[in-house]
Amino acid sequence: MITETLLTWTARFISGVSVRWVESQPDTCQRVYFANHTSHLDVVLVWSALPTEMRRLTRPIAAKDYWDSGPIRRHVASVFNAMLIDRKEIKVHQSPVDMMLKEIGTTHSLILFPEGGRSKGEGIGEFKSGLYYLSKKRPELELIPVYINNMNRILPRGEVLPVPLLSSLTFGPPIWLESGEPKMEFLSRAREAVVNLKDR
Amino acid sequence: MISEIRDWALLVTVLALLATATLVGQWLTRQTTLGIDEQSVKSFNRRVQAWWASSVLMGVAFFFPTLTVFLFGLLSFWALREFITLTPTRMGDHRALFWVFFFFTPMQFVLVACENYPFYSILIPVYAFLFIAARVAVSGDVTRFLERVAKIQFGLLVCVYCLSFAPALMYLKCQGVAEEDTAAGARMLLFFVTIVLFSELLQFICGRLFGKHVIAESIDTMRTWEGVLAGGAATAVAGIMLYWATPFPHWWQAGAMSVLIALMASAGALTMAAIKRDRGEVGSDTLTENHGGVLRRIDALCFAAPVFYHVTNYFFGVGGP
Repeated sequence: MITETLLTWTARFISGVSVRWVESQPDTCQRVYFANHTSHLDVVLVWSALPTEMRRLTRPIAAKDYWDSGPIRRHVASVFNAMLIDRKEIKVHQSPVDMMLKEIGTTHSLILFPEGGRSKGEGIGEFKSGLYYLSKKRPELELIPVYINNMNRILPRGEVLPVPLLSSLTFGPPIWLESGEPKMEFLSRAREAVVNLKDR
Repeated sequence: MISEIRDWALLVTVLALLATATLVGQWLTRQTTLGIDEQSVKSFNRRVQAWWASSVLMGVAFFFPTLTVFLFGLLSFWALREFITLTPTRMGDHRALFWVFFFFTPMQFVLVACENYPFYSILIPVYAFLFIAARVAVSGDVTRFLERVAKIQFGLLVCVYCLSFAPALMYLKCQGVAEEDTAAGARMLLFFVTIVLFSELLQFICGRLFGKHVIAESIDTMRTWEGVLAGGAATAVAGIMLYWATPFPHWWQAGAMSVLIALMASAGALTMAAIKRDRGEVGSDTLTENHGGVLRRIDALCFAAPVFYHVTNYFFGVGGP
């Protein structure tokens, strides 16, 4: 509880974040929030931007190789109720998507970063296919695009010390996988949904 | 005793002026027949709110000067944040920016609170400026090198160095001020801030009344030569009326100082408007919209503070002519 408050406020102070909901409302229904990924603070920011009630029901997906190394990171990951996914060893009968679906059941929501890692510059990378398989198995899940602006300048990849500029988080209107929609088409549509929030 | 009466009189004057401004603002909001456009009334009311906030800041100065320095430090930090957010920087600037935010900015205000003038007057122009250039060079990114360095330096100069001279006024020793008059510094700061705020208001009003020749149309369509000059003259009258609160020996000196403050204040506002125009509204809207725009509120103070401080020190400071 103390760690949560401390981390949330530190992250908010460093990122000077302002949160906006564009054509979208906070809701406790089952959702998948997907965002562009530029810094280690992203997970904390998106998670703490949600109202408390929803926050309790939302689990961020984080990379196991990073968040499971060392007691501090492990503790932080547990505070945010993060679901650690192995990026390196993906087995056939234990796919990450199945694990995610099993964990969230019928009540929890997810935060994920479909680029699979932090992007380098300002651009948003191609999305990995996890988001597609997730909604193929559970097409009724609301997919909420989230655009994180300016975090790449606050804590860029490869830097440990942050520069406290201002950033913003934009939650957009939900999208769904349409029946029979091809994988590549869906993934680029999802990516566009995030990119479009940039100018909203 | 006399100075104590003076302190209370000044506080009461400021409160009365603020209350009047608030009432006028409320009255204007309800008038629909006068033909004043809503936007101006809104911006006037926002200004009045900012005045209340800064007056509280000044009121604190009478009792806890160090706290006022600290609050100005926070203001600086936030303004610099907005400035650098609006300015495109590259990865190579990251480490330099870290030191700017977490070392030079706090250090400047710590030195002001310690009254270490010989050090805080050069910390940024000498040490920080050279450090920024060197640190960015070490990062090895040459793209638009000079431009990037200059942007960080300018941000630090205006948001931190210049603004820090406002709280520094509290520690400025003037000739003819009794040693036991501990509130003299706080009065000086209150005089300065009140005159800056009034000059903004008077220039705004004069600009609307007599404005014909716009100074720079591409930057600010509202700022006219008539507004600046007539506003400056009106500010002089306000300054003369507040003469009793200043350490200046003659009434006309308070008036002349007020004109100087008014001219610097509009120079500051015009400069900041130019920077904002250059960056375009695009970059600023989503990032700074919820933060009230600290930078826009302090632009006039930033330019007026160091000039007022040094001119006062030169003519009236202990050791001056």
